[in-house]
Amino acid sequence: MANAIETSRLDVGYGSRQAAVEVLSGLDLTVEAGSFLSILGPSGCGKSTLLRVVADLLDPLGGKISVLGDTPHAVRSRRDVGFVFQDSTLLPWRTVRENVRLPLGVGQGSLTRKIEDRSDELLELMGLAGFGERLPHQLSGGQRQRVAIARALLGQPKLLLMDEPFGALDEITRDRLNDELLNLWRRTGTTILFVTHSIAEAAYLGERVIVLAANPGRLVKDLDMRPIKQDGNRCSREDPAIVAAMAELRTALERAS
Amino acid sequence: MRPAPLSPQLAMALPVLGAASLLVAWQYLLPFLGVPTYIVPTPTAIFGTFQKNFALLMDNLRPTLIEALAGFVIGNLAAVLLAVVFVHSRILQAAYFPIVLFFNTIPILALSPIIILIFGLGMTPKIVIAAVICFFPTLVNMIRGLDSPSDNEHELFRVLSATRWEIFWDLRLPRALPMLFSSLRIASATAVIGAIVGEWIGSDKGLGALIIQASFNYQSDRLYAAIVLSSCLSIAVFCIVVMVQRRVINY
Repeated sequence: MANAIETSRLDVGYGSRQAAVEVLSGLDLTVEAGSFLSILGPSGCGKSTLLRVVADLLDPLGGKISVLGDTPHAVRSRRDVGFVFQDSTLLPWRTVRENVRLPLGVGQGSLTRKIEDRSDELLELMGLAGFGERLPHQLSGGQRQRVAIARALLGQPKLLLMDEPFGALDEITRDRLNDELLNLWRRTGTTILFVTHSIAEAAYLGERVIVLAANPGRLVKDLDMRPIKQDGNRCSREDPAIVAAMAELRTALERAS
Repeated sequence: MRPAPLSPQLAMALPVLGAASLLVAWQYLLPFLGVPTYIVPTPTAIFGTFQKNFALLMDNLRPTLIEALAGFVIGNLAAVLLAVVFVHSRILQAAYFPIVLFFNTIPILALSPIIILIFGLGMTPKIVIAAVICFFPTLVNMIRGLDSPSDNEHELFRVLSATRWEIFWDLRLPRALPMLFSSLRIASATAVIGAIVGEWIGSDKGLGALIIQASFNYQSDRLYAAIVLSSCLSIAVFCIVVMVQRRVINY
């Protein structure tokens, strides 16, 4: 299978090249197209920074990065990447449907392909049929994140970057959205990079889980979950093999912190 | 423990009752205490002046209304446009915003004679004074409002490859509207103050001129009627701003 992301000795930092604060150092990472990668790590390890480099929101200081066989800039310009933030980042003056349709209204000038208005279909897919005319403040936290995911999916991105999207939600809602996200991933075949603080969430969602350490951010654990999961990345949260993998991830995370 | 909120009917009725109680006290208590009517005329005397001098008051309301409204529109529009320039050019903002801050420290009463020297005695200097007085709060609020989108919101628009114009129109401007309207509400009163201050210094027409003439001639009922009318003018502009705000901001 082709690779969605390849990085080689990737250095990322903030500030000028001369006086940069290094956040990621010499990262070598390959992510298969169509896979679900969970990224764990302590605060400041560069999890979100990695997503921002992939999304062309931040330039690397050194090393190489290839996204879908191209530069991050080209991929962003083609709208092949979707981003979901921890806070839903819905525009409060737009209705739910107008928020989902945001990608139709902006950034169209640089596009060669036409994005279809699939807002109704996506709202239904995310369990939000009938909520289209509501304003964001009339929704619960979980519903707002569903709208944000629908918006990210409108342009049918080949790569979905999710930066702790369920971090602010209660556990029940989070578990439910985890299942919905997995269903969505199976249906769309989109490559997903999922940043989280939760070991359980990372293990349950990811076909593969990586752990980054801080100061500077580097890869310290790369765990393939496929051997202990059923087809379609299915598993039970109570499965002893999953629990054992979580313990392994916890150990790696404790060492990384 | 916080006190229980008032019922809607009571919340509506209490301010009316409060105002009515003060009017009754003004009407009966002040004369009883021996306050002379040439200093504080009674509400009924002021109301009588409205009936008697209606044409005169309206004649003087018209120029003040035009000056305040024109100053309101020009001052706020200029502030909004300059704020848009400033948020798109950090260099211009760094170079000129401190100078704008300095101008704001000059009291409008000190600035007004200069404006009248430059623009003469017509309506123009009053419009300029009203515009200047509206300008600064709107500029500051508009800059803050246009800069208020979060980092994530900017990143969202960047992921979508939005143009500068789209970021302005679909993100910065809607984010700035609540702050813009809060300064427009303040400007609805200050624009009238600006027009009246301008008329004090050099005019024989307008509510400001009427206030000065009435106070020189001890026509206190006419003076109070002009003050009430100025206040009504501010309230009317304020109400228009609030009505527009309710239409524009629906969330």
